[in-house]
Amino acid sequence: MKRLIPEFEKLRSRFPAGFESSLVLPCLRRIQEDRGYVADTDIEELTEYLGVPRIQIEEVLSFYTQFRRKPIGRWHLQFCHNVSCSMNGAENILHYVETKLGVKPGQTTPDGRFTLSHAECLGSCGTAPMMMVNDSYHENLTKETVDALLEGLK
Amino acid sequence: MAGRQLFMTFPVTETSHSLAEYRARGGYTALEKALRQMKPAEIVKEVTAAGLQGRGGAAFAVGRKWQVIQYDDGQPHYLIANADEGEPGTFKDRWILENSPHQLVESMIIASYALNVRNAFVYIRGEFDLPYHRLAGAVEEAYAAGYLGERILGTDFSLDLVVYRGAGAYVAGEASGLIASLEGKKSFPRNRPPRLTVKGLYQLPTVVNNVESLSNVAWIVAHGAAEYKKYGTPKSPGTRLYSVSGHINKPGVYEVELGYPWMKFLEEDCGGMRHARAIKCVVPGGVSSKVLTGADIKDLKLSHEDLWDAGSTLGSGGMIVIAEGTCMVTLLQVILRFYHHESCGQCTPCRHGTGWMHRIIDRIVAGHGQPDDIDRLYYISKFNDGTTICGLGDAAGYACTGILDKFRDEFEYYIEHKRSRLDGNLECLKSS
Repeated sequence: MKRLIPEFEKLRSRFPAGFESSLVLPCLRRIQEDRGYVADTDIEELTEYLGVPRIQIEEVLSFYTQFRRKPIGRWHLQFCHNVSCSMNGAENILHYVETKLGVKPGQTTPDGRFTLSHAECLGSCGTAPMMMVNDSYHENLTKETVDALLEGLK
Repeated sequence: MAGRQLFMTFPVTETSHSLAEYRARGGYTALEKALRQMKPAEIVKEVTAAGLQGRGGAAFAVGRKWQVIQYDDGQPHYLIANADEGEPGTFKDRWILENSPHQLVESMIIASYALNVRNAFVYIRGEFDLPYHRLAGAVEEAYAAGYLGERILGTDFSLDLVVYRGAGAYVAGEASGLIASLEGKKSFPRNRPPRLTVKGLYQLPTVVNNVESLSNVAWIVAHGAAEYKKYGTPKSPGTRLYSVSGHINKPGVYEVELGYPWMKFLEEDCGGMRHARAIKCVVPGGVSSKVLTGADIKDLKLSHEDLWDAGSTLGSGGMIVIAEGTCMVTLLQVILRFYHHESCGQCTPCRHGTGWMHRIIDRIVAGHGQPDDIDRLYYISKFNDGTTICGLGDAAGYACTGILDKFRDEFEYYIEHKRSRLDGNLECLKSS
């Protein structure tokens, strides 16, 4: 984490004085972007850097769905299965991908290439079904577009 | 086009979100007018007179919220735009963030000037990537152009704007949960009073407004409240952005003048139902609003008062259109799973109630439903209503009883026959 401190300092300058606690989420996001997950040492170092209670950071990490405490596959496929996506065939696409990759939601392929997940509404209902691949949205999915997309993710 | 428009007045292109094009459309002239010709109190008065209602779900009057802020009380005030758009079926704020982010930025600068705010925030859901980059880009452009930072446009007014990214929690869209999240904690909502406009972010007066609500402010300041009230109905002025999805031919975000006939909008603008199927029901404003059947909506207009009279709400503007042939039991299973997943766990009725409801619907769908399960779902829904800090537990109940009220026979059939009368279909396939 320590090498990110110059970036955190820049971030801090945009916030009013006394907003150290607010930096917990942005710092954790940046740490995870860097390492791929948040490690125990990151928690200790961030506790020290921000001067917030350790329990606050632990709570944040367990509360929000986007934070991870363990490494996952290189490509994180998150399928929305909320109302509008289900009404447009999300479950079929997901089953197709499960069969193709041989993993269920929550699992990673043995080669470490893909991790599959479910997600609740990602605000893409008009372009359902959809999935997130790492940070980006892929919408109006069909078996053909999913095939082409997965092929390109090495 | 469904009535007159205030937002979607330009063709969306690869560059229409940029500062240059926003200025070419007349952008930031409202800010000039506000800072140079208007006193802060006049702006609050104008927004109040316009009758602008919140667009996040509750339709609370924006002006009334603003009036609670005491301009000269000697404390810092904060303004937060709620861009934690997560109500299932809703994706309209995303349209503003992606295509017209400067409209939000300009409106927030004006609102901050009116409310004596030095630091403003946009809380955007963590999954929104393109919207975040578009908005963050717009903020940087505004800083470089002197619309943000110290001594804006050479006046004494200064403002800093931070775009703050969430990390995945539906409950962070609730205003007090949002504030907890912006304070770097898990987003537990908190009891009111004190209202957030009295004790909000770090216990200081804070206004939290939805992205679309705030984005109306620049237009109101530029053209005046009287002109704004010429749009919409007397009780629901202006326009609304609807996100339409489900079994409809042309899903997407539409701007509709309030009071526009509902069926006309669905048939003409949204291209009608897929495979010309009849409308079974519509979720009018995000899954937390009660469903209305095709017959219910036939003569309704899209206004707050019409929807309230019909026992539902326009809510967040997330409209999900459901075709005849869709299994409501399976649909309710998706909805109850969602609330169970998103309950933050703070209040006992919601923490246990949403889980209990989820388990009941799961067992019905698995063919193990018990005859009194429907009454049990009603019991839990009613018990939750009003017994929790925020509206999540209530909303789970409204969504549940809304569907049970209209489609009880489908649930009875499922429990008795251990299978769906409609094969569990959620998709609208041509052959079915």
